[in-house]
Amino acid sequence: MTQAIKDYIVFVGRCARETIHGDWRYFLWMSALTAISLLGLNAYLKQFVVGLSVTGMTDQVSWGLYIANFTFLVGMAAAAVMLVVPVYIYEDETLHDIVILGELLAVAVIIMCLLFVTVDLGRPDRFWHMIPGIGKFNWPISMLSWDVIVLNVYLILNAHICGYLVYMVYQKRKPAPMWYIPFVFTAIVWAFSIHTVTAFLYVGLGGRPFWNSAIIAPRFLASAFTAGPGFLILTLQIIRRVTKYRIGDKAIMMLRNIVQVSMIINVFLLFCELFTEFYTDSAHVASAKYLYFGLHGHHGLVPWIWTAMALDTVALVLLMLPQSRSLKYLNMACGLAIIGIWIEKGMGLIIPAFVPSPLGEMVEYFPTRNEWLVCAGIWAFGMLLYTVFLKMTIPVLTRELTPTSAPPAV
Amino acid sequence: MGDEQRPDGKGGEISRRAFLAAAATAAVAATAAALAPMQDITDLPTLEEFLRKHYTELTPTDKEAIIARISAQVEKEYGVRPHLTDPQPMTGVEYGYALNIGRCIGCRKCVYACVEENNQSRDPQIQYIRVLEMKKGSIDVETSNTDYEGEVPKKDSFYMPVQCQQCRKAPCVKACPVKATWQDPDGIVVIDYNWCIGCRYCMAACPYGARRFNFEKPMIPKEELNPEMGLISNRPRPKGVVEKCHFCLHRTRNGKYPACVEVCPTGSRKFGNLLDPESEISIILKTKRVFILKEEVGTLPRFYYYFNI
Repeated sequence: MTQAIKDYIVFVGRCARETIHGDWRYFLWMSALTAISLLGLNAYLKQFVVGLSVTGMTDQVSWGLYIANFTFLVGMAAAAVMLVVPVYIYEDETLHDIVILGELLAVAVIIMCLLFVTVDLGRPDRFWHMIPGIGKFNWPISMLSWDVIVLNVYLILNAHICGYLVYMVYQKRKPAPMWYIPFVFTAIVWAFSIHTVTAFLYVGLGGRPFWNSAIIAPRFLASAFTAGPGFLILTLQIIRRVTKYRIGDKAIMMLRNIVQVSMIINVFLLFCELFTEFYTDSAHVASAKYLYFGLHGHHGLVPWIWTAMALDTVALVLLMLPQSRSLKYLNMACGLAIIGIWIEKGMGLIIPAFVPSPLGEMVEYFPTRNEWLVCAGIWAFGMLLYTVFLKMTIPVLTRELTPTSAPPAV
Repeated sequence: MGDEQRPDGKGGEISRRAFLAAAATAAVAATAAALAPMQDITDLPTLEEFLRKHYTELTPTDKEAIIARISAQVEKEYGVRPHLTDPQPMTGVEYGYALNIGRCIGCRKCVYACVEENNQSRDPQIQYIRVLEMKKGSIDVETSNTDYEGEVPKKDSFYMPVQCQQCRKAPCVKACPVKATWQDPDGIVVIDYNWCIGCRYCMAACPYGARRFNFEKPMIPKEELNPEMGLISNRPRPKGVVEKCHFCLHRTRNGKYPACVEVCPTGSRKFGNLLDPESEISIILKTKRVFILKEEVGTLPRFYYYFNI
């Protein structure tokens, strides 16, 4: 047993050494990400010292960019399931070689989610109040307590699956089904749960009519299954360009099918929501009116949402056309869809629920520079983590790094 | 990643080493610069504060120590020795509040009396009570105005002050992930300022916009500090936690009226024990035209609005 642990530590150590090798592009990329992460850390510490008054949030709009990013990223993390399902349930081999890359993305993104929640806390020093057993956890009543559980378990599940399967490749052993199959299947259900619970977080609040819609959880999933695989389409092309890992066009085209269908469902559900809000035209439409057209002379979100609408529409049309079988147009469609969904789920879904306030006050939210820097920092740190994970894993997958391969000199 | 940088021990190695050394130095310098804001921190929690248990788990000895500690802090910061107590709910008492919107003239005296009584931050400004100016003919809060100015009452307007409704089915209590807010037996929804993690989920949950967040360390002028303090009511709050109206529990649990009731020049505000059938509040609920705000959200407030004929 101790030998096994020792071997595993050696394995992780050798993988970690891979991260200090690379060409100038790699170092430039990593340095840039580190620099932005540090800028974000600096901005966060300013907030930590002074308080959340350095953000644009107010008593009326008490959640902002942090929770918006959090919501978007939970979806990105859940999207790994779109690769797992074809491979493990339908035993389709097309995506077999990239499943692990999707799961690694999930690990990095969940860490980003946890960071976004942490920077949003007024008292991050009291995070331990949320640890079951030590703190005082309001489970099962509070939806936020559910979210803490599902996110952390999803993180552990994916970390375990990746760590185990890559180690087996390294050791040239066949993975024992009992050590990963049950976890993979649990992770499938869990992926749906993280985004559903995150939707329930909002949906369960009777005092916020804008969120009080049963369609939000399905909308979350549809947009997640667009943005997540879309992000992977872009990432996989970079990976196959800069490493020896072979990723066929067939796999990318299969992801295209997933993105295509999800995007259609996403836009359809959005249409359903808009119809219900605007055709009914009850008093509850105030937030949606503010979002799309402005209300009582306040138009803060109007440019955001119409940008998102335009991006979503162009992405949808591109994805439907045969042109997006060419990587150039596919990449464009994915890029537009990701940005469109980021706006729609963030600024478009979180902020309007607070405007007008429950007492009818019109207080708009404009994120501050410091807030943007914190967000940029977390994004850069997430990308940094994902790059590190890939850098550690890919040499194993390409069999360049084996127990007997010569250790690379520094 | 490609094969050109797989080390072969030749060419480029020394420069890479030099580069790594330079990069390491730069990284240390950049990290130090990033951490610089921490030099200005003044309110890091002490170990005792960090490890403090939840309010409901404190023993009497714990509480004594906490009261002594907070008193000392307040004295140091404001130069006033506070009279800090922790009044408990009385048995057989459930508080209720009734507000006569027929009489309220929108003078906001209650708003400022509340700020002074409860040591609310003056900058950034925190107020528990919002007075809505409504146009006659509508009871929809979305058509109201909260920042009206000038002489009151205005023609064709009526006024509806809103504060924490002390709901029987409080969405904020449900939302809190760490049970930092709960309902005491006398119906008051309280907050443990030393347990709140500042996630503001309760603020998103509240249909009445009653909760306030300390976006900064509260600023209260020394001479305006109210030294009569309750541990879970009006003692100065730390930065980064949520607060709200608590029916002045340090007064009401000692048999006094809340500050807003006492100050109201028109007698629009009524307060008392719902369990006592002879109390003024019980009689109002029986005899007046009473309604509750946002009945459709099902929160069952203990705060009622009424009007005379």
